[in-house]
Amino acid sequence: MHCLTCFCINCNSVENKIYVKLNYTVPCVRLLNSTHQIGCQSSLSGDVGVLHVLESEENLDFVLRNGRNPPYMVIMESSLFTRSVMMKLKNGFSRVAGVAVVEPTSNPPDGFSPHTRCPNENTGVYSENYGPGLAHCNTTKWNPLGNGLSYEEFDFPIFSMKDDNDTQLLRQCYMDHNRPVNGSDPQYPLCAMQLSSHMSAVTSTPTCMRRNSINMVCDPLSDQNIWAPSKPLNTTQNGHKANESVIIVSARLDSRSFFSEIGPGAESAASGLVTLLAAAHALRNATQDAQLDRTIFYTFFHGETFDYIGSSKMVYDMEKNQFPIDLDNVHSVLEIGQVGLHSSSNLWLHTDPVSMRNSSIQEEVKNLIANLNSAAAGLNVSVKEPGVTQPLPPSSFQRFLRARPFPGVVIEDYNSSFSNKYFQSMFDNADSLNVSYPPNLTPEEQLNHVTDTAKSLAEVATMVARALFIQAGGEKTQISSIKADELMVRLVEQQASLPTILVKYLLANLTGTAVNVTQENCKNQKESEDDKESKHLYNYFWVPGAAPPNSTERDGFCVRSTVHWSRAISPAFLMENYTTSEYSTWTESRWKEIKGRIFLVASHDLEMLTLGVGIGVLLSSLLLTYIMSSKADILFSSGREPTSATY
Amino acid sequence: MTAAVFFGCTFIAFGPAVSLFLFTIAREPLRVIFLIAGAFFWLVSLLLASLVWFISVQISNKESVSQQKGLLIFGVVLSVLLQETFRFAYYKLLKKANEGLLALSQEETMPISIRQLAYVSGLGFGFMSGAFSVVNILADSVGPGTVGIHGDSQHYFLSSAFMTMAIILLHMFWGIIFFDGCEKQRWLAVAAVVATHLLVSCLTFQNPQYVSSLVPTYIVMFFMGVWAFYTAGGSLRNLKLCLTCKDKDFLLANHRPR
Repeated sequence: MHCLTCFCINCNSVENKIYVKLNYTVPCVRLLNSTHQIGCQSSLSGDVGVLHVLESEENLDFVLRNGRNPPYMVIMESSLFTRSVMMKLKNGFSRVAGVAVVEPTSNPPDGFSPHTRCPNENTGVYSENYGPGLAHCNTTKWNPLGNGLSYEEFDFPIFSMKDDNDTQLLRQCYMDHNRPVNGSDPQYPLCAMQLSSHMSAVTSTPTCMRRNSINMVCDPLSDQNIWAPSKPLNTTQNGHKANESVIIVSARLDSRSFFSEIGPGAESAASGLVTLLAAAHALRNATQDAQLDRTIFYTFFHGETFDYIGSSKMVYDMEKNQFPIDLDNVHSVLEIGQVGLHSSSNLWLHTDPVSMRNSSIQEEVKNLIANLNSAAAGLNVSVKEPGVTQPLPPSSFQRFLRARPFPGVVIEDYNSSFSNKYFQSMFDNADSLNVSYPPNLTPEEQLNHVTDTAKSLAEVATMVARALFIQAGGEKTQISSIKADELMVRLVEQQASLPTILVKYLLANLTGTAVNVTQENCKNQKESEDDKESKHLYNYFWVPGAAPPNSTERDGFCVRSTVHWSRAISPAFLMENYTTSEYSTWTESRWKEIKGRIFLVASHDLEMLTLGVGIGVLLSSLLLTYIMSSKADILFSSGREPTSATY
Repeated sequence: MTAAVFFGCTFIAFGPAVSLFLFTIAREPLRVIFLIAGAFFWLVSLLLASLVWFISVQISNKESVSQQKGLLIFGVVLSVLLQETFRFAYYKLLKKANEGLLALSQEETMPISIRQLAYVSGLGFGFMSGAFSVVNILADSVGPGTVGIHGDSQHYFLSSAFMTMAIILLHMFWGIIFFDGCEKQRWLAVAAVVATHLLVSCLTFQNPQYVSSLVPTYIVMFFMGVWAFYTAGGSLRNLKLCLTCKDKDFLLANHRPR
């Protein structure tokens, strides 16, 4: 009977009077490896703190020392999300309940990278035994802007918020209730926020994998590698394939940021991935028509950000004869790294100086570079080698070198340090690739417009495709017909982080052919009723297709391709050796729920007063009732009816 | 607002009712039974009233604020009338039951008098009414937040608890007065009960001006309490006797077997 303004029958009107739930909550989650845990943790029911909007780094004193109402929930713009601010908050002596970072509308101009300065430095090929002077980025820091925040451990929750209505409400609430007026402390009730992101796993991977037997608390990072040979190979037969010489051309699929599930990776992953897709598409007809000496193996590795999960698994499978080819079949490796930002169309070809001391390897590498040079002739892209002795940048090729020396080249758009200012951060999106449209275009027109970025990536793809053709033994005269489709490259701007399954089907469509097979046979991986051979060589997908304009029945067809996938999980989990330093041991913690809400809190004194009043009322009513009931026959004696002898 | 507020408000709302139950009802099984039956009767009246209100809300125009407000007032009035109707129905049922009990039992006297039944049934109504008023508010008071982010008053929990305490005590007083009025055919008393119940319920429409709804309610409660005291057989003289501790002499002088 108290609420006049709420008329909905199903709502919990009291809860709505108290709490405002946050709609968009992106937390930072806990990840564990063989020795450490990184990321953020909140208490089981969430951390409550009085809101404080951080104005500057000096304002931190209010949170850490001066403020009268700890713990505080710090709201900051992303310009203040720096290493020095976060480290000071980390040592906040329990005065910090949590942090919320407001996403900016445009990328910070000076760059921001929460990754380390030397990515994957312990699981690459360089160590005390292999190129000791080159290990641990002694010669050049690949990611100079890296502040290492992603690899720190915080004991309070850190959430990312968009600049939307909820954030406006936050700021308004802070202005109304929490701002100190004329130097005096703000009065209760104060505006507060509760963030819940309780992570179940603790300490390290060996601990959480041991506890998994009682209760699942963590999962190893895993996904799928996608690979497709340019001509069909018997994939059910594992191990060495006689007379097969394979050129592995690879790109990575994954990226990350400080916050979970945000990992656009436009420059770090998508640029290479899309270039390789376009190159595979460009080579489709050429590889089918010509008889090539070597097979081109298009490979997409997942999990490379976390100590080369995908590439280490593939090399492991090859070593253990659990893969359709083995390391003896591999002739050379070409890797497409970050290629989206090549200014003045310069691409750099990185090689490994240690393996190049071997003269045969050196000759093969020179050959590959020469092929790349001739492929680049006539295109709007030029390739150069870094003139100094420096290690390979972080790349999947390093895992192949760990097994044995191979000739290989890594194509990047930088010479000695990343040109990507936002490596593995949430700002590595289309803006970081300088994607721009002419003004006054509708979204549909934007979809069909070919940007400069797309054009330059298409040039790179064409060069890679032609170089691969020559490397595989094709005629140099035929390469002019190999050209990447620019519109296809538009993918990179549309959706920066492509899910694995989409890449799988894209690759199948781009490298495969449509065949006249019924849906039933297609789904059973055969071309006709008696066909028992095709499933070893090919993979068949049924594409439902689009409905033609005049009917609702979709025009489906069967695509036959050589696309396969294999599990990308660190071999450490297959061997159940969780303390190894050879392989990635990254796991991600599990959690129950992630949520946040805003409300007002009353002063502790008022709460205690309420409790005191309650106890007082209870005790006094107990006393009064006892007195009255013991004296009841006196109190209620008059007016007694004669019929009732009991009172 | 945390556990402190939860317990504080629970004690405020249910403190008097629980202490009354502990000291006067808990030992007598017959009283407990009639208390629970009274609570059940109140529950049925609430069910009927909410059914009617629910249907009328579904039929009505959900967009029109004035219509919804009118429906709410209608709902409140209907609920009060239904509660009093069920109080009367319970009275009738208890009369019949008492006669039956007397016929069945071996003793000559009635095991429980109508006056006691009035008190017990009133308290039963009060318990159930209080529970439905305040339990959902108590459940939300456990969390870390307090009311106010949308501008509502901060004292929501506290005033709800005090209101509930008043309502529970009021139901007990109304029970006593009502049954006595029915026994002695004093229909003015019955009408007064209905009228004050309507008054107190409609006073809650003053919320969130809690002062203007709580203070009149407590004044009404005080007057009802005095009336119920006199109806139950109390008088100023007895009170003076108790307070000045002269009751021992009185007891000896008026000794009767219990």
